[in-house]
Amino acid sequence: MSNSMDDVAQQAKAFFIIGSNTTEQHPVFGTMLRRAVKFRGAKLVVADPRKIDITDFATLHLRQRPGTDIALINGLMYIILEKGWENKAFIDERTENFDEFKAAVMNYPPDVAAKITNVPVKQLYEAAEIIAKNSPMAVLWAMGITQHIVGVRNVMDLANLQMLLGNMGKAGGGVNPLRGQNNVQGACDMGGLPNVYTAYQPVTSDEVHDKFEKAWGATSNTKVGLTVTEMVPGILDGRIRALYILGEDPVMSDPDTKHIRHCFEQIDFLLLQEIFPSETSVYADVLLPGVTFAEKDGTFTNTERRVQMVRKAIPTQGDARDDWWITSQIAKRLLSGTSERVRSEALYTSWDYAGPSAIMSEINALTPSYGGITHQRLEAGERLQWPCPALDHPGTPILHTKQFTRGKGKFAPIEHVPPAEHPDDDYPMLLSTGRVLYHWHGGQMTRRAKGLMEVYGQALVELNPNDAEKLGLNGKNMVRVTSRRGMIEAQAWVTDRVPPGMVYANFHFPNASANELTHAALDPVAKIPEYKIVAVKVELA
Amino acid sequence: MVNITINGQSIQVEAGKTILQAAQAQGIEIPTLCYHKDLNPTGNCRMCIVEVKGGRFLQAACVTPVWEGMDIQTHSEKVTKDRKLTLELMLANHPQDCITCDVSGECELQDLAYEYKASAPKWGSKGGRYPVDSDPNPFIRVDMNRCILCRRCVSACAEIQVRDVWGVAKRGFDEVIVPGAGTTMLEARCESCGQCVAYCPTGALSNKMNYGIARAHQVTKVTTTCSYCGVGCQFDLLKKNDKVIGAQSNPNAPVNGMALCVKGRYGYDYIHHPERLKKPRVRRYLLEGKDKNDIRDSIHDTRNSTSKIESPWDWVEAEWDVALDITAKKLMQIRDQFGADSMGFLTSAKCTNEENYLMNKLARQVVGTNNIDHCARL
Repeated sequence: MSNSMDDVAQQAKAFFIIGSNTTEQHPVFGTMLRRAVKFRGAKLVVADPRKIDITDFATLHLRQRPGTDIALINGLMYIILEKGWENKAFIDERTENFDEFKAAVMNYPPDVAAKITNVPVKQLYEAAEIIAKNSPMAVLWAMGITQHIVGVRNVMDLANLQMLLGNMGKAGGGVNPLRGQNNVQGACDMGGLPNVYTAYQPVTSDEVHDKFEKAWGATSNTKVGLTVTEMVPGILDGRIRALYILGEDPVMSDPDTKHIRHCFEQIDFLLLQEIFPSETSVYADVLLPGVTFAEKDGTFTNTERRVQMVRKAIPTQGDARDDWWITSQIAKRLLSGTSERVRSEALYTSWDYAGPSAIMSEINALTPSYGGITHQRLEAGERLQWPCPALDHPGTPILHTKQFTRGKGKFAPIEHVPPAEHPDDDYPMLLSTGRVLYHWHGGQMTRRAKGLMEVYGQALVELNPNDAEKLGLNGKNMVRVTSRRGMIEAQAWVTDRVPPGMVYANFHFPNASANELTHAALDPVAKIPEYKIVAVKVELA
Repeated sequence: MVNITINGQSIQVEAGKTILQAAQAQGIEIPTLCYHKDLNPTGNCRMCIVEVKGGRFLQAACVTPVWEGMDIQTHSEKVTKDRKLTLELMLANHPQDCITCDVSGECELQDLAYEYKASAPKWGSKGGRYPVDSDPNPFIRVDMNRCILCRRCVSACAEIQVRDVWGVAKRGFDEVIVPGAGTTMLEARCESCGQCVAYCPTGALSNKMNYGIARAHQVTKVTTTCSYCGVGCQFDLLKKNDKVIGAQSNPNAPVNGMALCVKGRYGYDYIHHPERLKKPRVRRYLLEGKDKNDIRDSIHDTRNSTSKIESPWDWVEAEWDVALDITAKKLMQIRDQFGADSMGFLTSAKCTNEENYLMNKLARQVVGTNNIDHCARL
């Protein structure tokens, strides 16, 4: 998030939520938004094909056709320009490439946008007025925007919108992707990505390469590595021979489960470090027991870049070990086999860490935006959001207040691209996937929580009443959902949360996981799969 | 600013402040039950009554704004006598079951009864009027016999969670707090966030999962950060005998304050689930020094059969040194034969920054590949 949850919830005059089921996926932030709408009178526009819970609080709910977000955003920006509601001062002072961008937007007059998105022209005008005339306005999104073959374009177009309205760098505004996992922000910040070291220092830069070569005594080359969506299929063509997986369950979370299983069957060596036997551990050669958050010290970084302490409450269970210890042990053994690889005079060659706080000291030294975020400061009660480059730096709640990282904000002309898979005669309906309030991702934790299972104990497929009637679902509630990749059978939840022609399924339960149906159509830049649009047929089971 | 006198002391207070706020600013403690600083005051429990000179009645400090020249007594004999009577009226209609009540020791009614030496009057306590544990919600235990009608649950649900599950039904002696129109909590669209439990001053609403397991004085609290979503709520894990037995709101949590969701507050029991991995496991073929390619048929057979015949693909529990040595040997073999880029690392958005940093260092420094990613895309 460019901003913080607190300033967004307290100071935005309007919210534009697109592709985020906020009250189910970020429940506590969701309640902050509900309070803002109900008690402070903030306006809320929700753009989502589904009638998700937060739409109960919406000033206006736009139900765009899935996969038409760019046409929707461009259509809104067309109206903003037509009415002269853009922030001319901000555009002049802080941005560039406006004309080229404007030319692209001119391709989306309201009637064209309405035709592509299925959102009535009148609603487009209403929405544009709400988001333009209530300033500051905060844009909020999640995987509903990014899990498309145009995920990156979707995000860039939302950035266009916020620059057009001058909502960047101010409290109550900003571009605010809501990060999913507790520490997905931190995993990215810590270099858990194939193209960057910590704090997004690019692997392709010679300067960065030399910095880490010097600090660690050895490092990788300057070639961008493979993403998860490339590594797993890479097993089949022999590019990937071994995987070390820490606390992930690709068989549940990756697209096209059947294909994922097939890949894992072929791997030479799979090391899995987990807290439970999982769907993925079936394919593991070695399974090492790590620990839960209740058994470890360290830090998580939340969606607003806030670094917070995690504290060990109970002893490690059984003969499980701290995850940092396990990784260190593997590193030490590998290094002892090839000691010539690492230059011993470097400052941070060692893997002899006293504990998480000592690891954080090394992070501080090599990670500019975490330079001043120490366990000592956090334990003293300081509240720190990165960038926090030095020990005397107070942290940064709002980004881009004076200028953008690259200087001027660059408008990008973005055109609508249809999704990879379309409903056709064989697969006439459209599936979108996601999570529900009571479960978490692949479900390894929440399926082992008794109360959560009592409330939501099996996979449900959301189906519109019209479609249920067409199927003759009368009295029978099991349906079979089939895509070109696979099939699941699950109980139908007949509800107008989904529009006619659309079904929605989750991936929490292995016996009916939506990822049996999804496909690995990837965004060309981010390599993120198009989970939100899959052509399926639905029958009585 | 207005000039007022509290307990004989003259002070200046910002106009619009309540008597309670003015007193608190002076360090004067006025007892409250229905009042909570996070919620809009309702002024219905009468515990915070004070004597205002010239007033016909005692005034509820939580809802009465100060005015110029106001002369207030917060602990006069009249006030304390009246508070004690109020407590006795509450206790007359409250089970005398502190000995088995799960919130004994953190019950605000119990604390005030103790302070004001109030006990149930002889003419009161005709026994319970409501079924105990009356709602099927798996997380929240409802015992309306213990309810003092303070309505904090109603306000917490309406003002914090904005879900409006709780309401007040009937009038007078029959007045009772109900979910929806007298249905069950889940039917009334409860999200099981437990905000109502966190704000309940008595044992009327408590946590089902640790009922009978530990009371306040038996637990240790450790403040930590939730492991579910990216909001980053903080709370206190409650532990007894080295076991996590609950999660409790910590009012100082930077992001969320008292608020939590159903997973954060009640989704912790996986921590002690019997399926937790507690010892390293390796496939039998590795212990026997066999090549995986030679046993692929039996892998397939083992996965597709339920027979108990020993297979090279069986899991065998191993000591750490054995498991780590085998792992390192296999990884080195593969790196030497196929190169660093034949190896991939999936780090974890569930793990800490420190752990993720080490995975990045392992992939790049030790192995020499940029093939590292995690589920940010999924």
